[in-house]
Amino acid sequence: MSTLLKIDNIRKSFSLGLIPKKKEILKGISFEVAEGEIFGYLGPNGAGKTTTLKCILGLIFPDAGNIEIFGLPHLSLRAKARIGFLPENPYFYDYLTGEEFLDFYGQLFSLARAERRQRIASLLKLVGMEQAAGLQLRKYSRGMLQRIGLAQALINDPSFIILDEPLGGLDPLGRKELRDIIVRLKGEGKTVLLSSHILQDIEMICTRVAIILNGKIISQGALRDLISEKILFTEIEVAGLAAAELAGFGQCLAAAGGRTLLKVSREDKVDGALTYILEHKGKVLSLIPRSQTLEDLFVGMVKHE
Amino acid sequence: MRIRVIAFNTFKEAIRDRILYLLLFFAATSIILSRVLALLTVGDRVKIIKDVGLASISLFGALMAILVGTGLVYKEIDKKTFFTLMAKPLYRHEFILGKFFGLVLTLFIMLGAMSLIFLLLIFLHTFRVEPRILLAIAFIFVELVLVTAVAILFSSFSTPILSALFALSFYLIGHFSWSFETLLKKMHSGLGRAAGQVFYTLLPDLENFNFKTEVVYGLPIPPAMIGYALLYGALYTLFILTLAVMVFRKRDFL
Repeated sequence: MSTLLKIDNIRKSFSLGLIPKKKEILKGISFEVAEGEIFGYLGPNGAGKTTTLKCILGLIFPDAGNIEIFGLPHLSLRAKARIGFLPENPYFYDYLTGEEFLDFYGQLFSLARAERRQRIASLLKLVGMEQAAGLQLRKYSRGMLQRIGLAQALINDPSFIILDEPLGGLDPLGRKELRDIIVRLKGEGKTVLLSSHILQDIEMICTRVAIILNGKIISQGALRDLISEKILFTEIEVAGLAAAELAGFGQCLAAAGGRTLLKVSREDKVDGALTYILEHKGKVLSLIPRSQTLEDLFVGMVKHE
Repeated sequence: MRIRVIAFNTFKEAIRDRILYLLLFFAATSIILSRVLALLTVGDRVKIIKDVGLASISLFGALMAILVGTGLVYKEIDKKTFFTLMAKPLYRHEFILGKFFGLVLTLFIMLGAMSLIFLLLIFLHTFRVEPRILLAIAFIFVELVLVTAVAILFSSFSTPILSALFALSFYLIGHFSWSFETLLKKMHSGLGRAAGQVFYTLLPDLENFNFKTEVVYGLPIPPAMIGYALLYGALYTLFILTLAVMVFRKRDFL
């Protein structure tokens, strides 16, 4: 697959405060996003995720380095015409109605009136905002703003969509719907760059990720290469036996109401634990083998750094 | 085309701003009060109405330009609406120019409304329309266009309160810089006077757009005076807008 976004060694420093002190925010960021993938850009708050995205969009000028989108300089209008962007905590023109707002952005892409009308109707349907189309944005809840924000990002039918913390501020149902939309966009051949710190969501939908910490990329690659599929430990929930009886098989994580949650670190001890429980008239309520998650990987890396 | 889209959206934003109507209300009150003031005055009452009316239109028009204009660009950056705009195929200078023309259009409508009240009041007294009054109003508009550019310039790098103070200072200096010229004339020639001349050239002189005295007292208005005022307004506005674009093009938006 061809490269759609190429970021090559970008650096950015800011001098802030009354007595300006130079602070390096991006310390040589490089990564590539291939066409048709969902790329996750992860990092804790203040790591430089949003600054990187602002560099891509031309809101911040990097001190050094190069950014190309579709093989074009990132500030070229031809490149921007094919991009969609949803910022973090979106806040839009509150004096416009949802429909007026989308129409305004549609006009910036020189879409004809009939095309705009048809596109706005289908986008409002996609994000489930048909009922609120005539309502002024000042009356929208945060989740509704996120939805209309996604609609504006898609108004030009972009090939490349950049989403900055799109899942923040959404309830579990909203997050699931948004995930479904992102996966659907990928199915339509679109490329998505997604920054987030909600790792479960990223893990569910991203094909590749880059992890940024203190302005540096500390790891990047395909998710399946980064996360080991080896089983780290097994959690067994047991009823009818005292926690002390099971101590020899592993660590007791919780015990309440006659139930015990046992963490068995060694795989060869699992069979022994199960045999013991059954022989002593205990009951196995659940048995969950835990492999490494993106969160484990992320926390491990952040601690290591 | 894109400037037009931004301009119309700015117009929509400004025209829905409540502060505009508050100022319009005060302007209307002030214009109508000139009638009361005329009653208390000995002499030509219509002159008083014309004088106070035109001054009210100029002052409240400038306040509209400053109070609405200084928030326009800042608000977009503060509320991050500008971030999504910059992801669209739009140059930064198109954004600034769009904001400027949007506010100019708003002020044109507001000026029209204030003038209508004023002209109606004059008509009720004289039963005729004086084209020279329209000329004075037209030059108030030229002045407002310049004040708008100044408000947009300050708004592109400063907070609304500071921008409003800066723009208001520009307006006041612009109306009193002629007194500085009078002072220079009274000075002996030398280094001090030469330095003063340079300083005076840099200061705005908004009295160039003031045709109130000529209109109220029926004095002749030479075409050269009109031409100079137009040229001065156009060049100064262009200069300020160029500055605004230059400041805005280089800015990082954190």
